[in-house]
Amino acid sequence: MALTYTSGEQVEVYRFGIPATILIPLGAVFLQAFLPLRLPFFSIFDLPLLVTISFAMARRSQVAGIFTGALIGLFQDALTGQPIGLYGIAKTVVGFGASSLGIKLDVENAGARLLLTLGFYGVHEVVYFTIARGMIGMHREWTWQHEIGSAVANALLGVLLYALLDRLKQRT
Amino acid sequence: METVLGRYRNLIVLVGVLFVQVLGLAIQVKRTTDTDSSRLIRVWAVGAVSPLEKTLVWAQTSTGNLWHNYFYLRGVRAENRELKRQIEEMRVEHVRISQDAEQARRLQSLLAFKEQFISKTLAAQVIGSSGSEQSRSIYLDKGEKDGVKPDMAVITADGVVGKVLHVYRSTSLVLLVSDQTSGVGAILEKSRLQGILRGLPSGEIALEKVMSDEEVPAGELVLSSGGDRIFPKGLPIGRVVRVRPGSDLFLNIQVKPTANLSKLEEVLIVTKVDERQATPEQSGPVRAADVLAERLPTVPTKPAEAVGSAATGAAPQPGVPSTTVSAQPKPAQPKPKAPALAGDASATPTVRRPITSAPSSFTSTAQPGDAGTEAAKVPQKPVKPATEPEPQPPVQDPPQ
Repeated sequence: MALTYTSGEQVEVYRFGIPATILIPLGAVFLQAFLPLRLPFFSIFDLPLLVTISFAMARRSQVAGIFTGALIGLFQDALTGQPIGLYGIAKTVVGFGASSLGIKLDVENAGARLLLTLGFYGVHEVVYFTIARGMIGMHREWTWQHEIGSAVANALLGVLLYALLDRLKQRT
Repeated sequence: METVLGRYRNLIVLVGVLFVQVLGLAIQVKRTTDTDSSRLIRVWAVGAVSPLEKTLVWAQTSTGNLWHNYFYLRGVRAENRELKRQIEEMRVEHVRISQDAEQARRLQSLLAFKEQFISKTLAAQVIGSSGSEQSRSIYLDKGEKDGVKPDMAVITADGVVGKVLHVYRSTSLVLLVSDQTSGVGAILEKSRLQGILRGLPSGEIALEKVMSDEEVPAGELVLSSGGDRIFPKGLPIGRVVRVRPGSDLFLNIQVKPTANLSKLEEVLIVTKVDERQATPEQSGPVRAADVLAERLPTVPTKPAEAVGSAATGAAPQPGVPSTTVSAQPKPAQPKPKAPALAGDASATPTVRRPITSAPSSFTSTAQPGDAGTEAAKVPQKPVKPATEPEPQPPVQDPPQ
């Protein structure tokens, strides 16, 4: 079993194959754009964010987390009508944070994953709203009820999705 | 130095990546139009996603059509009967409304109003969305090569959908009216109060800038005012759902879109809007009674009348009901001849006309002073209902 030594703790580091590394984020962005047409409620989910968290936590490399978040976020931005970089910045921060926590915490059990996803969804939204309103001057309204509901929904879906993606990751 | 760089390598990478993105955002905000680099990123992203979306939508539509058009035809006959009945009702309704519209047009022409009308549209299929609640937008399967341009209005039969934001080679991005950054000039149908429609985070829309001392009833229709120069005036946008006093001087009016924005499949892109001086229609209006009469049994016109009208030179005008013929004074007419044989070229055609009871005000569309129309020179007289029997001369007994 390949192990890395970090801060006195031994944690498993995983990687994804090249097809999975390319196709999973692409598929997540595609489904995020396509499914809300047929299932309108699906727009409360953020599949690209869940994939970012999953990849970052599994790889446990901060640099990899940063670039994974940035690329997925920029790709998602490009499909919206808003300026490119809003999701890019938010997901860069989340990618960095998830990979940092992945090094220090046991992120293999469902409870930890649920809480982490709840937290990272919040971080993502705070960063997004701060930049959209503070820097771009966009008209965006924050509603606690909606944000909390979305965070819980994403966390629940995240636990299922991470279990699915666990099957695709390989030990380094 | 190397140790410091090594220790903070990850943080430096994070700051660097964030800095580049913030810089990119700043450039985009500074320039109102898309920069070359951001445009390129969008084109790549859309190019990667849209072919798959188009294929899936095509497959889904084809399967649905096959099922609904060839296999699942249960209740189609009953539906067809019901639709035919509705068409009949709507035709009568349409005639009534068109008379009102014609009257409005006449008044507008007197006031030298200019009216806008949609002269050309392009049907498009919805193939995708932005997939984000923060950006409510959809992708259409029509783009630059189909003549789509930014800022074109997108509508459905139910109402306004949004406007074209970005155009690519074969797709285009439409910003929905429910997006938080969209703004549509709107007017309330009955109270004629004007405001601006903006999207809410919940996906509904709100009418802003209506003073709090105004009264707006729930259920009132909200129409486009045309003030934004994108949506032609008079298109339905939504209905007022709830009215509450706002925190400032304005009312908080919540509006539900008339078009179902969450389940759009096909839309129309308004590719051309014309503006013209309002002019009353040249052809005479069709009355509800005419439409009803078309379904009644008809009687052939007397050949003498047809000959008589030809003699006066009043050519039948399109759209003018045949009652105008009977409005002409009867000149000295030859006695009706025996019906001509079929195939006789000189035979007077038998004119079948609807039986109507025309009021005296609707005898001819010819205006006084119209040159070249004999009907204008002839004093008009009230038309007797064709259904009424004409007074017959008393029958005298032959001398014995």
